[in-house]
Amino acid sequence: MEFKPPEQEISRFRTRVLWASVFVLVCFGLLVSRLYWLQVTRHDYYATRAEDNRISLVPIVPNRGLIVDRNGVVLARNYSAYTLELTPSRIPNLDQTIDELAKLIDIQQKDRKRFKKLMEESRTFESLPLRNRLSDEEVARFIAQRFRFPGVDIKARLFRQYPEGELASHLLGYIGRINDREKKAIEDDETRAPNYRGTEHIGKSGLEQSYEEVLHGVTGFEQIEVDAGGRAVRSLARTPPVPGDKLVLTVDSKLQKIAEDAFGDRRGALVAIEPGTGGVLALVSKPTFDPNLFVDGIDSQSWDALNTSPDHPLLQRAIYSSYPPGSTFKPFMALAALETGKRTAQQAISDPGFFWFGGHQFRDDKKGGHGSVDMVKSIVVSCDTYYYQLANDMGIDLIASFMGELGFGSRTGIDINGESTGVLPSPAWKKKRFKTPEMRKWYAGETISIGIGQGYNSYTMLQMAHAVATVAADGVMYKPHLVQYVQSSRDDKRRPIEPQPVKRLGYTTEHLATIKRAMVEVNKWGTGARAFANAGYTSAGKTGTAQVFSLKGAEYKTHAVGERLRDHALFIAFAPAEDPKIALAVLVENGGFGAESAAPIARQVLDYYLLGKMPQGAAPEQPGAE
Amino acid sequence: MLRRLLNRLISPFDPWLTALVVILLSFTAIVMMSASPERMQAQLTNTCIGLGIMWIMANIPPQRLQALAVPLYVVGVVLLLGVEFFGEVSKGAQRWLDLKVVRLQPSELFKIAMPLMLAWYFQQREGALKVLDFIVATVLLGVPVGLIVIQPDLGTAILVLSAGFFVIFFAGLSWKLIVPAVVIGVAAIVAVVSYQDQICADGVQWPGLRDYQKHRICTLLDPTTDPLGKGFHTIQSTIAIGSGGLLGKGWKQGTQAQLEFIPERHTDFIFAVISEEWGLIGDLGLMTVLLLIIFRGLVIAAGAHNVFSRLLAGALSLSFFVYAFVNIGMVSGVLPVVGVPLPLVSYGGTALVTLCLGIGVLMSIARHRSTNQS
Repeated sequence: MEFKPPEQEISRFRTRVLWASVFVLVCFGLLVSRLYWLQVTRHDYYATRAEDNRISLVPIVPNRGLIVDRNGVVLARNYSAYTLELTPSRIPNLDQTIDELAKLIDIQQKDRKRFKKLMEESRTFESLPLRNRLSDEEVARFIAQRFRFPGVDIKARLFRQYPEGELASHLLGYIGRINDREKKAIEDDETRAPNYRGTEHIGKSGLEQSYEEVLHGVTGFEQIEVDAGGRAVRSLARTPPVPGDKLVLTVDSKLQKIAEDAFGDRRGALVAIEPGTGGVLALVSKPTFDPNLFVDGIDSQSWDALNTSPDHPLLQRAIYSSYPPGSTFKPFMALAALETGKRTAQQAISDPGFFWFGGHQFRDDKKGGHGSVDMVKSIVVSCDTYYYQLANDMGIDLIASFMGELGFGSRTGIDINGESTGVLPSPAWKKKRFKTPEMRKWYAGETISIGIGQGYNSYTMLQMAHAVATVAADGVMYKPHLVQYVQSSRDDKRRPIEPQPVKRLGYTTEHLATIKRAMVEVNKWGTGARAFANAGYTSAGKTGTAQVFSLKGAEYKTHAVGERLRDHALFIAFAPAEDPKIALAVLVENGGFGAESAAPIARQVLDYYLLGKMPQGAAPEQPGAE
Repeated sequence: MLRRLLNRLISPFDPWLTALVVILLSFTAIVMMSASPERMQAQLTNTCIGLGIMWIMANIPPQRLQALAVPLYVVGVVLLLGVEFFGEVSKGAQRWLDLKVVRLQPSELFKIAMPLMLAWYFQQREGALKVLDFIVATVLLGVPVGLIVIQPDLGTAILVLSAGFFVIFFAGLSWKLIVPAVVIGVAAIVAVVSYQDQICADGVQWPGLRDYQKHRICTLLDPTTDPLGKGFHTIQSTIAIGSGGLLGKGWKQGTQAQLEFIPERHTDFIFAVISEEWGLIGDLGLMTVLLLIIFRGLVIAAGAHNVFSRLLAGALSLSFFVYAFVNIGMVSGVLPVVGVPLPLVSYGGTALVTLCLGIGVLMSIARHRSTNQS
């Protein structure tokens, strides 16, 4: 390059300074446009993002509503206690930590097992209880050493408690921790999801499940300002939770208790309904279980015990299990005969002790027969032959349509889940139920045993009690319900569950009178007479025995048959006969004859309900006694 | 007597630069009171030291600095080699040299030593520039920049490289070389953005860059790929800036800043705090002051009396611009997070001293432009 004079060099330098200035301005211009984009164009978006950053919505779980019986006796309540909770994701060595904790706090093997089970069911960042109901001393010991246990905390929580223990557990049900399936269902439901933020328990069965929405309450929220580390800085606003509403039941817990106790160690079910309202007074399924076990995750030992027991205590026998009604079906058959005009009350048959049909002999349980039998007598002495003939004369279609109208074979619509339909046999039902053409055909012979409540007949005790109540209420059918009213936690206003006449069956008064008279006579001098001697009120009843095992013509000997193959004993009743206040159905599994084991249970229930009489041998009433 | 002393004290200060720097440092103090009140005292101490160094530098005539260029450069390269072989590792990078007496970060030195050395070289070649001189200058620039890149310290490398490049640019590097370089650079950026999925895939090695640097650039291209990791910085700072709006949330009222959502809020990301609390208006005010400092520096360069002073002043002014541009660019999410502070605002003694040193040199050049005119 040739020599350049300084002036030329200086002017070139100044040109470049100018270019550099332009470059600087352009670059700053780019930055300003970026800032304009962020701070003006997109300001609203980023302002929202900043608010989302700093404001955290913390749910405040509402207190669950109480459940009380018709007299205000508390059946489900909440109490506050301390729990020891662990967040597994924040604890490096879980087993070691639990061992260390066990030195401060009593931790049983079953607590560990239950915790392991909870861990399998939940996500690891959740805080899970290791032990509930810590004593004050245990809380103090832990607090002093808290620094040693990151991820371990003590929390004050409300617990669900069923103070009466096993009493009425099948109808109350229980709550338990929300599982993954329930969580998904809640999250999919846009209206429910926000209300369940923070809720850890949900009704799993019984009233706790069916009235979940009412009992849960409305979750409150606290707006908390948090810093980047998630620590709360201050509270900005608070919407208090609304506690769940109170359920006031139609059930009388004392009646329920008497009924449960009357079963003793026997298995079975009892449903008592108030005719004319449909309110359920008692709903028993024996054996029962302690719902308190389920509240915070049942330990595997108790769970196995409940599941492997041959008595199946978790089975809801009152509304889920169905049984052949046996002779308790006869009053309904008789009513059907009158209503359909197939019989008059006076029409009598001569009973030789058996009924021939299609080359097959249908035997009566009394050898030689009952002689001349009219309708009332057929019920009072429980004459089978009368009903073999009647069934044959009516035909299966007529029986099925009449019984269907009375609610047999369909759900009653009671306000707890798990009801089964039972089986109302008919050619249509058989066609649906079976696969092979041979099995799908209805044989006329099958109609005969339907008449005495055997064969394919199978109904729940709820359906039986429901039908009895309908007859007792002169053919007006009410929907059975366990809840009398829901009491608002906000203003104590009552939302009653109004008696709902589902339908009026329009039975002829004379016909009803005949059936009722026959049932009253059952308890006076018929099969129920012994159980109802000196009752002090007029009761109507009918015994029944349902075959568990077909003996194919052999003689039935109680002691020769294994206990589990023995017949089920049934009894239906209502009282007082002239103005029924209570209608019921009882079943004792493998109880033998209905008159022997089922009727006395009904007697104790009616005695208490109508006369306030405690059963003999029962402990005198003491406040606070079990 | 008193007047003479006062005059002696004030005269080295360039009135324009002094006024702008004082405005900026006062604003910094106000911002720091909000961003990190517990560091106020240290910040004031640093400010006093910085102003002192500025005054001292303003008193040293450019000729003296010229004499320092070569020794500083040589010592600097030796120290960088020392770092490479004996340095301390901190935060995954080897930047510090422990000389028992003092712990040094030699790369910082080159922010001044680099333009000094190149300006000295072009001064020596005044009037006889050949193409070879630009090659020599490129080598002189490449050696320390290369050593800083492998530490690795991308932020400092960019500042040193740009300072050196600006000297070469002002010395008269042919546009024929500059234009293609700019074109290639833009093309490279476009290519990186278009093919980010492929080049950001795991296991792909980028020549010359460490994994964490690759990660930083990839996160910049798409911050959502790593919202809780490196991308968190950028996401939170853009939220802070955007939520500040036109007028800001008010001093000490920035939720992103006060609740610690902005990481490094008193150092590299302090611009996010300013944007959140002072809004676009505050940003524009701040950028105006920065721009005026740069332009004042360029005016001083244009009026300097010899090649050395011109080149040095021009390069120092533009590297002040690079600080500001890269920092605001990375905080607002348009440039990768490379660890360049906001000049005179970000907390940190070293950076403040270096910047005050540079401004002091500018003041010295401004003051001595007439006196030694031959």
